[in-house]
Amino acid sequence: MDEKKLAIVATKGTLDWGYPPFILASTAAALGYSVEIFFTFYGLQLLKKDLSHLRVSPLGNPAMPMPIPMPTLMMVLPGMEGMATSMMKSKMKAKGVASLDELRELCVEAEVRMIACQMTVDLFEFDTADFIDGIELGGAAAFFEFAGESDITLFI
Amino acid sequence: MVQEDQVLDARGLNCPLPILRTKKALGELTSGQVLKIVATDPGAVKDFEAFAKQTKNPLLEHAEAAGEFIFFIQKA
Repeated sequence: MDEKKLAIVATKGTLDWGYPPFILASTAAALGYSVEIFFTFYGLQLLKKDLSHLRVSPLGNPAMPMPIPMPTLMMVLPGMEGMATSMMKSKMKAKGVASLDELRELCVEAEVRMIACQMTVDLFEFDTADFIDGIELGGAAAFFEFAGESDITLFI
Repeated sequence: MVQEDQVLDARGLNCPLPILRTKKALGELTSGQVLKIVATDPGAVKDFEAFAKQTKNPLLEHAEAAGEFIFFIQKA
């Protein structure tokens, strides 16, 4: 049986949007897929050793469930982002949802290949020493080398 | 009733953890052995069927009792 392949581009660096790449990558790996994730722009935040800085913003996000309805203008107030972030974290814990750290660790264990986009690492002056071990650096051509042979390609 | 060789308690865990823990637990079994999984995630029913089909580890039996979902998967 030929091994199936999944290629993901991870472009977002918020707590909520960090989940889809790691959930899909770890699950696909468990199903026997060979998986590669290309991290670019804000998605590079997901490669940092310490993920505690990731936030979720209620601003410009009218679909986010809130305990009480709040006008959009209130979302800019200091502390709103922190409140939304801790609300989401405690809800996830209560519902048995894995932490991002845990899912990422499972991806690493399952040998999901992770590539950091060299151009955006330079653009935002990321220090690759802040990234977890085993991250490769590459460009768009490096992504297509794997994506071109993949059964599924996702842009997240 | 199928006799299990090992039990995995996945109660309280949400997608995709029950599947990921199952994959890991199956890795520790030898071919033909049976893993019993107890889960509470209602999405697990479809997920375990899909997991068994795609990994070719047969889902021998599944049952539901008192809000718990029980699966028996045999290592291929």
